[in-house]
Amino acid sequence: MTRAAEIVKGAPAVDCRPWPRHILTMDQWAELAREPLVLLAAWADTVQVHALYRDGQSVVPVSIEPDAAFYPALSPYHPSARLFERTIRDLWGHMAAGGDDGAWLDHGHWPHSKPLSIRPGPRPPTADPPEFLPVEDDRLMHWPIGPVGSGVGEAYHLRLTLDGSRIVRAESRLGYTHKGILTLMRAKSPRIAARFAARLAGDGTVAHSIAFARATEAAMSVEAPPRAAALRTLMLHLERVATHLDDLGIVAGMAGSADAQGRSGVQQEYLRRGLAATFGHRLMMDVVVPGGVSADADAIGLSGMRQVLGAVLAEVPILDALFATGALAARLTGVGDCAAGDAVRRCQARLDAIHRDTEAAIALLTDLPEGPLTVALPAESGEGIGWAPSARGGIWHWLRLDHGQIAAVFPRDPGWDLWPMAEAALAGQDAGDAALICASFGLPVSGMDL
Amino acid sequence: MLKLPARRPPLPGAELPDPIDGDTVAALVERLDMASQRRLGRALAIRHVNTGSCNGCEMEVRALTGVLYDLTRFGLRFVDSPLHADVLVVTGPLTRNLRQALEQAWDATPDPKWVVALGDCAVDGGVFRGSYAVMDGVGTGVPVNLTISGCPPSPVRILSGLRALLEASSR
Repeated sequence: MTRAAEIVKGAPAVDCRPWPRHILTMDQWAELAREPLVLLAAWADTVQVHALYRDGQSVVPVSIEPDAAFYPALSPYHPSARLFERTIRDLWGHMAAGGDDGAWLDHGHWPHSKPLSIRPGPRPPTADPPEFLPVEDDRLMHWPIGPVGSGVGEAYHLRLTLDGSRIVRAESRLGYTHKGILTLMRAKSPRIAARFAARLAGDGTVAHSIAFARATEAAMSVEAPPRAAALRTLMLHLERVATHLDDLGIVAGMAGSADAQGRSGVQQEYLRRGLAATFGHRLMMDVVVPGGVSADADAIGLSGMRQVLGAVLAEVPILDALFATGALAARLTGVGDCAAGDAVRRCQARLDAIHRDTEAAIALLTDLPEGPLTVALPAESGEGIGWAPSARGGIWHWLRLDHGQIAAVFPRDPGWDLWPMAEAALAGQDAGDAALICASFGLPVSGMDL
Repeated sequence: MLKLPARRPPLPGAELPDPIDGDTVAALVERLDMASQRRLGRALAIRHVNTGSCNGCEMEVRALTGVLYDLTRFGLRFVDSPLHADVLVVTGPLTRNLRQALEQAWDATPDPKWVVALGDCAVDGGVFRGSYAVMDGVGTGVPVNLTISGCPPSPVRILSGLRALLEASSR
């Protein structure tokens, strides 16, 4: 038994499927935080604060009831908890004692504060301008980027502190695209709420939909039929290929390689046309639903998909050569270097993923089981966790159902991990490379702005 | 290694060119206007403004700039600053947190200018309509000239919309 399992053993548990959720005391919560586990997410509901840890192969959801709105902070032990704590403060009003209590999603423009708490607070008297760390040195200057940034992309604010052209510090401020999705999903049936889950992130709509559907199915103890499960896996592979191609094209364009940009763009576009022919939507939005899939794949579309994927597979070695040697590789080498490698490493990892996902998708095409597409969803109460690997990283959804309606939900986007990583990678780099570095991480915004 | 010539200061007493005859310029402008309006149409510079989109519309707009749709051949191109733009293409339901940014972008765009609300969210808030955090469409923040619906609209659909704007603006 691991240390984490020992700590939670005696605590009362809620029947969350597939992993029971333990309600911890303040001491147990703090003790678990000190263990060397991976913190996947931290969120809350009206009465409890939750954390999701990974302990080796197992996943450990735990909760704590705040004492007079305060709970022990996780950020002293898990730096990645910082943004979660600020989000919990903004949406539910629970404060992390000893943690970060700055605003994150709430910029002072909503009609009321703490929108997800039992009693939302009054609107703050003045709008809250983003706060950044002070600069003491006269030689340093601030370079604000966004939220209306250059290019066609997502909305975020990045504040670079520069010494000449060198980035000394990079601070991000998100929350601009906050759409109140958690409130919109509440008190709806999973089938209706799936439309919001599908619109958390357009580049990961299938992955978010699958994670949400799996969480719902776990809570209701049902399973999607084999054909639906296979089609979901196929769509997940295809979405990852398309998103990686999109990311590669953006990076190539910024790095000045029209060749690599054009090639990724063409493959992506043919793939999207194939997706429209097969699944009825270029991004495959709303195809994955709780209980299965909303429509069967078109047979002619599927046979065309084989050719499309063959063309992608033939293009991979050419793109590989472009990104591994020559001017493009030279431009990207050492750019945004961090513990997770530099821009070249990240591009090559994307190409490897494209190769793997394309081969997996081709294999699935020849081996799709027949059968029904959905199972009926019972109007039951329960709690579940679902997971799906997107192009950007792991997506986790937790939800609690009350007689078939959503009582509370939280989707964890990979952006929570990527932004702190990108901030660290920007430090020490040239300011002119900032946009390229951000693009090489493929930073998602909408999914974590909720 | 390419050697660039050193920049030379203007010589003292250098001859200034004769002043240009105003009538010649006016006549040329008139002829160019007629020819370019009729034969070349107009070029429009587009600035994209994200007001809370999920990144779905952005992917489809990016596809337009790629080699298969090649937006530039229609005289449409994306620019990096609202100062250089004729058209603001706005995606997303207009979140309250981005309202000010959109208004500033609109103010910075020189007249005459057009606003395109791209995607169901931008048209009327889409599925996010009624949320405490959104304003239910771009039109609640700035005047909208053209709407392109779809979640997200396909590149072909976006292209038809933008070309309609191009035709209308060159009349």
